[in-house]
Formats: sequence, structure tokens, C-alpha cells
Amino acid sequence: MLKPKLEINQVTEKEQLNSVTKKITIYAPDIAAKAKAGQFVIFKVNEDSERIPLTISSWDQEKQTISHIFQEIGFSTMELGRLEVGQKIQNVAGPLGNASEIKNFGTAVVVCGGLGTAVAYPVAKELKEAGNKVITIMGARTKELFILEKEMAAISDEVYFASDDGTKGQKGFVSDVLKSLIAKNYTFNIAFAIGPPIMMSVIADITRPYSIKTIASLNPIMVDGMGMCGACRVTIAGKTQFACVDGPEFDAHQVNFKELIQRLKSYCNEEKQVITPQVNGENCQCHGH
Amino acid sequence: MSRSLTPLPNRLKAVKAAKQAPNIRIKNFDEVVLGYTEEQALTEATRCLNCKDPQCIQGCPVGVEIPTFIALIKQKNYTGAIEKIRDRNSLPAICGRVCPQEAQCQKNCILTKQGEPISIGLLERFAADLEQTNGIQVTPCNTSRDKKVAVVGAGPAGLTVAVDLAKLGYQITLFEALHCGGGVLVYGIPEFRLPKRIVQSEINYITQLGVEFCSDALIGRIFTIEELFTKGYQAVFIGTGAGLPKFLSVPGENLNGIYSANEFLIRVNLMKSYTFPKNKTPLKVGKKVVVIGGGNVALDSARCAQRLGAKEVSIIYRRTRNEMPARQEEIEHADEEGINFRYLTAPLKFIGDSEGNVKAMETIAMRLSNEDDTGRRHVAPIENSQAILEVDTVIVAIGRTPNPIIQYTTAGLKTEQGGIIASDASFKTSLEGVYVGGDIATGEATVISAMGTAKTAANAIHQYLTNPQNKTQT
Repeated sequence: MLKPKLEINQVTEKEQLNSVTKKITIYAPDIAAKAKAGQFVIFKVNEDSERIPLTISSWDQEKQTISHIFQEIGFSTMELGRLEVGQKIQNVAGPLGNASEIKNFGTAVVVCGGLGTAVAYPVAKELKEAGNKVITIMGARTKELFILEKEMAAISDEVYFASDDGTKGQKGFVSDVLKSLIAKNYTFNIAFAIGPPIMMSVIADITRPYSIKTIASLNPIMVDGMGMCGACRVTIAGKTQFACVDGPEFDAHQVNFKELIQRLKSYCNEEKQVITPQVNGENCQCHGH
Repeated sequence: MSRSLTPLPNRLKAVKAAKQAPNIRIKNFDEVVLGYTEEQALTEATRCLNCKDPQCIQGCPVGVEIPTFIALIKQKNYTGAIEKIRDRNSLPAICGRVCPQEAQCQKNCILTKQGEPISIGLLERFAADLEQTNGIQVTPCNTSRDKKVAVVGAGPAGLTVAVDLAKLGYQITLFEALHCGGGVLVYGIPEFRLPKRIVQSEINYITQLGVEFCSDALIGRIFTIEELFTKGYQAVFIGTGAGLPKFLSVPGENLNGIYSANEFLIRVNLMKSYTFPKNKTPLKVGKKVVVIGGGNVALDSARCAQRLGAKEVSIIYRRTRNEMPARQEEIEHADEEGINFRYLTAPLKFIGDSEGNVKAMETIAMRLSNEDDTGRRHVAPIENSQAILEVDTVIVAIGRTPNPIIQYTTAGLKTEQGGIIASDASFKTSLEGVYVGGDIATGEATVISAMGTAKTAANAIHQYLTNPQNKTQT
């Protein structure tokens, strides 16, 4: 029997990774052919929707698909989460942003928190393929919220876990694990910190005294995602840069994280106005990794 | 016998188009200028002297045969009139609204010697709107030539090249990075100056001609220029515009509540934030809004902020009204709508509250110096003239520079200072088969001048593709 022909931007798979996290796979041949670790796409689900950036967490050149892992924390991600297999996203533009700069550094530590793991996975995978020894530190609030553990384990030389409540790995934060590894005389030639801005900021503070080059993947608010609006501007070494075209990865030691965190809060109240009733009243988590 | 000006007063006075009253229009996003009725258009057309040596055409960057189309209106041959305009201008309903006619065709009108020039823009709009109302008659182009041309960017320049080359029989693909075509016409110019349905209707016309439209395609990322050639395009036109916003580089500029005009206008126009929460893109507009800049973009931003409920909107400009680059008509509209103008004032820094929201700005007074060689008057700060101004929203509208992505991703493509792509008089770049037009070739300019450069480039592309000496394979 002939398989029905797929249409561009059609959802081909949908998976619930845990109670708050979904994975969606989309037929996008041109993007799948070009995607590299660290890049993102802009989605606009329907006619009236926002444009939202989501990092490409994996891609398949054979099936010509791209996959995204996301949490339904705002109206637009909920709208995306409601799509079923066979339905189409109105607009998908990408791949956008600069790809991660991957080479053989020696030993690389990939520190990721929460949904940042979805962004970190292709980076860790390419680091491994480039010949690095890859040490991965993964964090989440609780055991149930970890994602991609098997995938990360398969491409990492060592994997460590930290959870806020101690239900998986060390009780505490990924930063505690990193500190303890450094105390055990691990030598890291490069660190990637990918997760909530506060986590990336703490990691940068830990690696700074040891002069470990640290890359952070920034997640500011974007509108066009193509260098036109400047909503995503961040301060790097005192200079304004656009995360969408100059990033999204930057030297974590040069990032003004305080400003990034403040700017991420710009639209919390407006988000509440459009969100569905069941989440009303909860704290705004929009645009957090 | 030479033709002399008829000494009738009505010959010297232009017919005014109706406008929405200021107190009404500041509460909506509907068009401000309502356009001519048929009767008004006929009266205005009758004023045209149909000069033997029409200077108005000289002032038109795309060379529309103005007296001829006006004569056709006079004869009530409206189809003939719009066809005459379309011979040279693919976007008449747009140009009739946003061209700075007062600095181009109308400036040259012989009637200005004794009175008011012919309202060429309003007549063009009348003919174009009538065509849209009746349904644009499209004959799909005969794409008899087997050569394919990629047009990058669906703004005024790209749309013009696409139409001109499609009419010459080429197969055209129009690549647009955003989710809809129009470029600055949809993301920049507000609904009340240029309704988006007008732009959409012009784009529909272009696709009905047979041009393939491909949105969400950021060239440089999804395909490089080189890859377009390997995909079978034999020439590429780059019309990616000037969309990279300039910032002031003063302390506090990244506080919340400070927007580039591009972000503000993209949210309002492209994402239709004025209908929030129906459209889901939010926009925060405070009570006290300050817009920095003196161009059309500054005025558009200020007037949008006013319509979005700001209590007080001020434009801060470091020169005076005389030096403002904005269209006179738009300055008058902004004045009528109650926008404050603070001239000879420049921002020094922005001050935030504990949450990182802008709450005030420090300004300094400026004075004008003499004109330089280019005729532009420089400004210098006046010592000890600092002042603090309370604000909760700031829009920075001090200009835009060329979009850089194609320059970054195309080896061998020469650029010039300011980020524009270098080109010769025919808008050929340093790469064979690659042409440019619009703001990416000239720096920030008007819709019509972008269209003018695009016409030259389209002609050069046609010459290139029909020249047996060149390397393209047929």
C-alpha cells in the first residue's frame, strides 16, 4: 500500500516524554538537510499565533524530519502541544542562528538543566563524534522530569545526575556536581552550560576561576529570529549582541545574565492573559529552558 | 500657440481627499486618508496641463508616464489609466499611498510655480483602488523562457524585479524569510497608512502572474546563494533590505520597555499586536512614551503608540522640525493627533527601576551648527543642559542598516562601508549572475527608490541572461 505523501511542516510523530514535556517531529526536508547542533527554528503554529523560537533537538536526513522537545508553559507551546500527528504547523523557518562550534577540545563537560538537555543533546553528540571525551551532568527538579537519559548515556563517557529532591543522582544542583568533579582534579578543556539562565550563570561563576572556556546557549525572547527586531539583544562583554544572529551561543564568562533574566520577564503578565484557564494563577515560566 | 496657465483659482488649488478626524482616528488603525471619490479624481485630473515636456516624469524613480495616465482618468478610461501606471510601476496602490510625491513627481509639477501641484499620488491611488475593487485582471505570464531567476526578499525591490522578469518570460521564485511577503510594507508601515489587504492584493497579483512564492526561507541559512545556482537558478537578485535596527549605545538601553522601532512595529504590524489577545503576540505600551528619531519610522511608531492607548507620546529629535526627514504630510498628521515634538534634544542614558523596567531618561539640549558641504546641519550638545524625563516606554527609531546574513554567508560577495552589498551602475555585484537592489544596495531609502533600483537591476539581469557571451547554460 502506498504511504500517503507527507506535506511540508506536517507533524509525523508526537511523544509525551514526561508529565510536562513533549517531543514533536515535523516533516521539513530542507531544514533537516541543513540543521546543525545549536541551531533553532521559528514556529508560527496558526494564523494568529506568535512566532516562537525552539531549538532543534534532533534531525533525520533520511526521514527528512526535525524534532523539538518542549514544555507547555505558555500559550504558544500549548498550541504546539495540541497538534496531532498529520496536522500542519503553518510556518516553520530555519535553521536559524549559528551552529555550535564543535571540534576536538580534549575533554568537554556538558552541563544541562531541565529542558536545556534537549538543546545540549545534539551538542554533546557532535562533541563525541569530533573525538572529545564527553562528561555530561544532567539536572532536573525530580526524577520524573529527566529527559534523554539513555541517549545522553550512549554518547557520553561519564554521566552524572543531580535532582533538587535527591530522587535521582546527587541531591542538589548540577553546579554542585561540577564543583565536586573539579575538586576531584578533573581537567576540562571546554564546558557547555545549557539550561535556565540562573543555572548557566552559576556554572560560569564556577568555571571562571579555573579559566575553563565556557559556552552558554541563550534563550531570550525573539520575534522574527532573523536579526530584525532586537528583542533578543543581550550584553556580551559590555556590547549589545543579537542572540538570533550573533548567537545563540556565547562565551558564558562575558554574558550579562542579570540583564537576560530581567528581559525574559518582560511579558509575564501578558502571557497570563492569553493562557488557558487551567494554568492561570501559576507562576509564569515563559521562555525558561 | 503656447499654453498658458488658466487664471482660474481652482486650477491652482488641489482637491483635498477626505481624512478621518484626528479624535476618531487615534482610536483605530483604519486608514487616515480616505482617497478620492470619482468626482474628486475627475476634478483633480482636469487641472493637469498635460505639459509637452512633463517634468513630473523626471521626478519619478520608476518613470511612470504621469500625464498620460491622468489624461486617461480625465477620459474616464480608468482601466487604461491603471494599465499605463502598471507599465512602469508594479505596486500602484502602495506607491499612491506611501511615496513622498511632494519630493518627487509633484515637486516638479509646473503648477507649483503659481499654486499647488497636481495630487499625482492621490490620482494613482484612485486608479489603483478602483482596480482592486473591480478585481485585478491578471493574464498569467507566458513563461516561455526556460531560465530561472531566484529573487531573494519579497519587499518593494524583490516584488518589482519578480514582476518585471516574469513579464519578460522568466521563471521566478520569490524567497521570503518571514511568514508573509511585503517586507517593510507589512512589518514596518502601519495599517493606518497602508492597509495590509492592499499589500496582499498586490502580492496575489504577482503570484497570479506565475511567480512562485516561497515564504519562511531565510536565504543564507536554508540555501546559500551558491546553492541557488546549483538548484538551477541562472541569476539571483538580492533585495533583502535594511532591517537591522540601530541602537543609541547609551547606558540603560537594554532595560525592559525600550524597543527598537523595528521590534515595536513588527509586533504591531506584522504580528497585529493591536488585536491582542486575539492575535497572540503581546506588546506593552506604557502611559508615557518617548520615540527617539525624526524619520517616518519615528512618526509611525509614535502614532501606533498613541492608538494603543498611551497617555502622552513625545518624539525626541536632536535637530529641528526643518531637518526632520519624515514626510511633511505625516508630520502634520502626527501634530493633529496630539503627538508632542521635542526638538534639539538628545538622550544621554536610561534609568531603570528595581525590576529592570525603564522609568526615566536623561536628556541633553542640542544646538544647530552651520550647514556642512552636504547641506546637513550638525548638532552639538549644550553644556549643563541635562534634564530628566519620566518615561515607561521608549522606542528607538534612529535608522536601520542592511540585513547582514547573506553578506556573512556568501564567499566573494563584496560589501561596502555600512554593510551594503557593493554593485556597479547596473546593480551587478562582485559575483557573476548576482544582482542587488533596494536598501541592501543603497542603504535605507524609500519604497519607490528601491523599486527604481530594482527596475535597473531587472533590466541588467535580462541583458545578462540574453547575452550569449555569459556562462549560463540554456
